[in-house]
Amino acid sequence: MKITSPIETKLIEKLTVGTQVTISGVIYTMRDAAHHRIIQALDRGEKPPFALESQTLYYMGPSPAKPEQVIGSAGPTTSLRMDIYTPRLLAAGVRAMIGKGSRTPEVREAIKKHKAVYLVATGGAGALLAKTIKQAEVIAYDDLGAEAVMRLTVEDFPAIVANDIYGADLFEQGKAKYQKKKRRGKTPLRFISFPTRRPF
Amino acid sequence: MKEIKATEITKTVSQLCQQANFELGEDVLAALKQAQKTERSPLGRETLSQLIENARIAREEKLPLCQDCGTAVVFLEIGQEVHISGGDLYKAAEEGVRQGYAQGYLRKAMVSRPFSDRINTKDNTPPVVHAEIVPGDKLKIMVMPKGGGAENMSRMAMLLPNQGSQGIIELVVKTVDEAGGNACPPLIIGLGIGGTAEKAMLLAKKALLRKVGQPNSDPEIARLEKEVLAKVNALGIGPMGLGGTTTALAVHALVLPAHIVSLPVAVNLQCHSARHKEAIL
Repeated sequence: MKITSPIETKLIEKLTVGTQVTISGVIYTMRDAAHHRIIQALDRGEKPPFALESQTLYYMGPSPAKPEQVIGSAGPTTSLRMDIYTPRLLAAGVRAMIGKGSRTPEVREAIKKHKAVYLVATGGAGALLAKTIKQAEVIAYDDLGAEAVMRLTVEDFPAIVANDIYGADLFEQGKAKYQKKKRRGKTPLRFISFPTRRPF
Repeated sequence: MKEIKATEITKTVSQLCQQANFELGEDVLAALKQAQKTERSPLGRETLSQLIENARIAREEKLPLCQDCGTAVVFLEIGQEVHISGGDLYKAAEEGVRQGYAQGYLRKAMVSRPFSDRINTKDNTPPVVHAEIVPGDKLKIMVMPKGGGAENMSRMAMLLPNQGSQGIIELVVKTVDEAGGNACPPLIIGLGIGGTAEKAMLLAKKALLRKVGQPNSDPEIARLEKEVLAKVNALGIGPMGLGGTTTALAVHALVLPAHIVSLPVAVNLQCHSARHKEAIL
């Protein structure tokens, strides 16, 4: 399905889990550092560097562009790192996010509540995805380097709907479908030392 | 005795950093193409075909395969009859990384004070260098740009010795399962068994340098690799975690003896953008 960003409210209802889309229009890059700053700005009652209402965020920090290029390699980063900030931004009007990997239950709940959508692009396909980016301009937090906020104009950027307004999750569905058999409950592994909590 | 100039090492490391980031190994590409034939999920096949196309574009246009151009992990095998002249070996390797990442327009990812200020060093230094002395008069340099997503999902455990191969299999399956789509599957799984805690992880990382899918020459270890691979692929995680039958392309294990009370096991995950290049001086 061809879609345009910013994505219209009506269209969100049609974007169900597993739908393959190509996105054209304007999207904004934002990684953890930029999320952190925008939340801080909102906390201080300041305006964010661009109007968040209806916008699409792309979790991406590109490699440097060569002189003749619009942008360097430009694939998605792991969305998990953005999860603590996401419900707040969805409440502020953000409508769509593009990243890679699954989201927390809190984010999935916020996607339902605010009628938003989470899409995934292929991680590690940075050279291919860069081809769909026709214009790129840093609009805020220049000092963050690769993590600065950029406004991108894209044409036929390929993505797949991973979380929709109905609460479905592509990762759970896909895994359940192709899992060979349910792993039977075994005695848990006992380790002499084992990290209980891992960073991500 | 053979003399190798430090400047030559710098130049070689710089070239390898760029080559590794632009050119996916033929072995990895062949494994992705094979997976495309066997993958049952349509979305999985679509993802694999994007990765194959991505590798073509990156090679032809000298673009980084992935915007995460990684931590530069440099392995040096230094022949004991080699004499390095005109500078410090480690500094020469570091300078090579600095030049390679600048010249190749590669993303600089290293931050100093990782626990607090996290300030980008702006040239992707320092690299992580593993040097070892070997017989002979050659210097082998291997550069592995290691992406953060998969490295973050790596794990090590000191198993109870009697947990044996079953414990190892469970650890790998648990690690890959929890990593899900975040580690950018299909993965290559580096498995280090034995030695000490730090040695096991180094083994796991070194195992990733092997040609994809080439089994360990020891039949018992090769059987373990095969068994782990089957268990991991039964998870259903699939390419980029969207569901499918290809969660890993290969399991590479390296094994060393261990202390009577220990069974150290390390799992180092490699994303599908399995980049490494080598040169011999």
